[in-house]
Amino acid sequence: MAYSNVETHAHDEKPKGITRWLFTTNHKDIGTLYLSFACIMFFVGGLMALGIRAELWKPGLQIFDPVTFNSLTTNHALVMIFGAVMPAWVGFANWMIPMQIGAPDMALPRMNNYSFWILPFAFMLLLGTWFVPGGAPAGGWTLYPPLSLQSGNNLPMAIFAIHLMGASSIMGAINVIVTIMNMRAPGMSLLKMPLFVWTWLITAYLLIAVMPVLAGAVTMLLTDHFFGTSFFSAAGGGDPVMYQHIFWFFGHPEVYILILPAFGIISEILPTFSRKPLFGYESMVYATASIAFLSFIVWAHHMFTVGMPLAGELFFMLSTMLIAVPTGVKVFNWTATMYRGSLSFETPMLFAIAFLFLFTIGGFSGLMLAIVPADFQYHDTYFVVAHFHYVLVPGSIFAIMAGVYYWLPKWTGHRYNESLGKVHFWLSAIFVNVLFFPQHFLGLAGMPRRIPDYSTQFTDWNMVSTIGAFGFGLSQILFVIVIWRCVRGGEKAPARAWEGAHGLEWELPSPAPYHTWETAPDTATITRGAEH
Amino acid sequence: MSTNTQSSRSMPGRGFLRPGGWIAFCLLALASPAFAGWNGLNMTKGVTELSAIIYDLHMLILWVCVVIAVLVFGAMIYSIIRFRKSRGAVPDTSMVHSNKAEIIWTLIPVFILVAMAIPAARALIKIEDTRNSELTIKVTAYQWKWQYDYLDSGVTFFSTLAESSNFAREKGSGIDPNTVDHYLLEVDHHMVIPVDTKVRLLLTGNDVIHAWWVPAFGMKKDAIPGFVNEMWIKATETGTYRGQCAELCGRDHGFMPIVVDVVSKDDFNRWLEANKPAPEVAPSPPAAEPAAPAAAAPSGPTNS
Repeated sequence: MAYSNVETHAHDEKPKGITRWLFTTNHKDIGTLYLSFACIMFFVGGLMALGIRAELWKPGLQIFDPVTFNSLTTNHALVMIFGAVMPAWVGFANWMIPMQIGAPDMALPRMNNYSFWILPFAFMLLLGTWFVPGGAPAGGWTLYPPLSLQSGNNLPMAIFAIHLMGASSIMGAINVIVTIMNMRAPGMSLLKMPLFVWTWLITAYLLIAVMPVLAGAVTMLLTDHFFGTSFFSAAGGGDPVMYQHIFWFFGHPEVYILILPAFGIISEILPTFSRKPLFGYESMVYATASIAFLSFIVWAHHMFTVGMPLAGELFFMLSTMLIAVPTGVKVFNWTATMYRGSLSFETPMLFAIAFLFLFTIGGFSGLMLAIVPADFQYHDTYFVVAHFHYVLVPGSIFAIMAGVYYWLPKWTGHRYNESLGKVHFWLSAIFVNVLFFPQHFLGLAGMPRRIPDYSTQFTDWNMVSTIGAFGFGLSQILFVIVIWRCVRGGEKAPARAWEGAHGLEWELPSPAPYHTWETAPDTATITRGAEH
Repeated sequence: MSTNTQSSRSMPGRGFLRPGGWIAFCLLALASPAFAGWNGLNMTKGVTELSAIIYDLHMLILWVCVVIAVLVFGAMIYSIIRFRKSRGAVPDTSMVHSNKAEIIWTLIPVFILVAMAIPAARALIKIEDTRNSELTIKVTAYQWKWQYDYLDSGVTFFSTLAESSNFAREKGSGIDPNTVDHYLLEVDHHMVIPVDTKVRLLLTGNDVIHAWWVPAFGMKKDAIPGFVNEMWIKATETGTYRGQCAELCGRDHGFMPIVVDVVSKDDFNRWLEANKPAPEVAPSPPAAEPAAPAAAAPSGPTNS
């Protein structure tokens, strides 16, 4: 075996107590911190979602007043995007990238610690807004002015929280790029890297490109509100629509930041459980890069109804439709990976297959939304809500769950309980559709998004959706139970935990020692691992 | 002007009978214990020139997506069933790459997209052509009501949520929304437009961004402070049509509906005459709508 020297295990001493976690510069510890934080935020954001769905159970206002309802939708989005999905991806990057490229750690370990420990403070600020006079932000997560400028004390708190999250993301992204560019084991050329590393490399560039744009946009909100500038106030010569352009110049690459690492994980899992190399590895890399490039020139499709010139509408419609091409290449390659394979259906594979089907449904509704005339009907309705939840929940979140099940044996050294994992999968996969599919109907039938109360003809599908929400939410308790039991014990996992797994992480013992690849893997090991 | 049958047209109830609706419905058979009364599955065709074009475009792309979905999901399901390890499938590990296949599945989507872009672009060009309108109405959005100015005749009035809905929507009101006519979709003063007439709307906002949307008219557009947006509607059927503000605009975003009566040209002219402001008197609200039985009787200028 490439990796069984006694020396390493002598180094396996971990610091004890809370200081281990506060001062750690170990990529695995920081990965664990990120993933745990993401899990907590997933439940915080999930509780907000259940509040929203409970209020929408039937017409009339039962639980919340309209402002609190708007605060729930606003904070649900901010917490899920910046607190759950993004930190989860950075957690995966920390755990897996060094192990997958044969590096001993991340390139900038102290910055790594710093970028994580900013996050709890950022979210204390954001969630603290619930306890200030005037309540939490209620103008939507996009913080469109002039509405967002009507808020009180929560505005500077939310903006500083966004600044902190942005700083954390940028540091995380720099760390990923420097690690991948400089710390690959000799022989690990760029086109031998696992796709998860590739997708994260591209994601990191997106993060560095757009997080400062968001910071700039919200800073202009801040100066408009407190220092008398008029960037976004028409009365002062400014332009409220300009905010939307700047915001979505960040916002569209941001949605790929949320999904590209998911593409990477799915590209790891499908070959493993198909016992067959990934089909079209290079075209997967190129497709990812094209999606990233296109993400910079499609932003205005989020705002077709603001009244753009015809030429602008045509340009953004065509560029948006183009995204279907590289995305299609990915879906076809994944299908071809399964074709003539030898498939088995452990929990990670089940989540990956569900991703494949349900993300594609989200892609179809995305294509429909790109057609500008039709978007004039769909825009700001539940059809849009259904679309982006299909790409984010059975998209990003299912990929996160697939990745957790896939690498849990490597992280903990134990096998998780496969039956419980499958129960978790089936409950999640069924309820996620009960939750979000009816929202397509609601949107097409004319229900706008972000309303706390609705006309009576929308009642039936809202009830179905709410049942799905509670079913999905409660099922996630099972996820925590499975992980907890796996951390505490269970059947011993071998180094190569899955029969068809390739990649350098599977050359390491399970659980992965505290320090890995202090000596770079040899070329034979790399070649064995790079059979994608 | 508006009868119950006519007003039901604005309710999205007919999509259920359309093929698209059925496809969508079958997809959700899992979650639907009963068929009766589960309506509103698809976009409605609406009652304007543009809404019909938009509906056709929507159905076209929906069917394109359904066909692609059947093929792609079919290939996936075939692979999942056929190549199971438990059935003794042996992996073909040499199958890692094929330029031919990859070029084909890059080019075919390009052709499909071009084929969809052409009718979409054509529709868009028509939508953006606001020339030759016969009537111009300025729509100003406020938190949380609409103001309609008939620029050619000086008729102007505000339109707010009907009192019956307004009482029922209070938390703990004890009123069952199902007992309120057109709950949240009724206003005190309806907007009135003539049938078969190209009506140009000039949209602006007074405080924050709102969006004016009546699904049966096919279009929505933002009402932005400091901007004037244009859109046009040409309704082909008389009746009462209902919509809502579609851009989050604060506390009562869900409570500023839009109700439009499409009436015959004669009725419209009579309505206009009856509501014209008397010279040198502040604009008075329009007379109580004879056609709005559900609205609480407006007793005076509550908003202006």
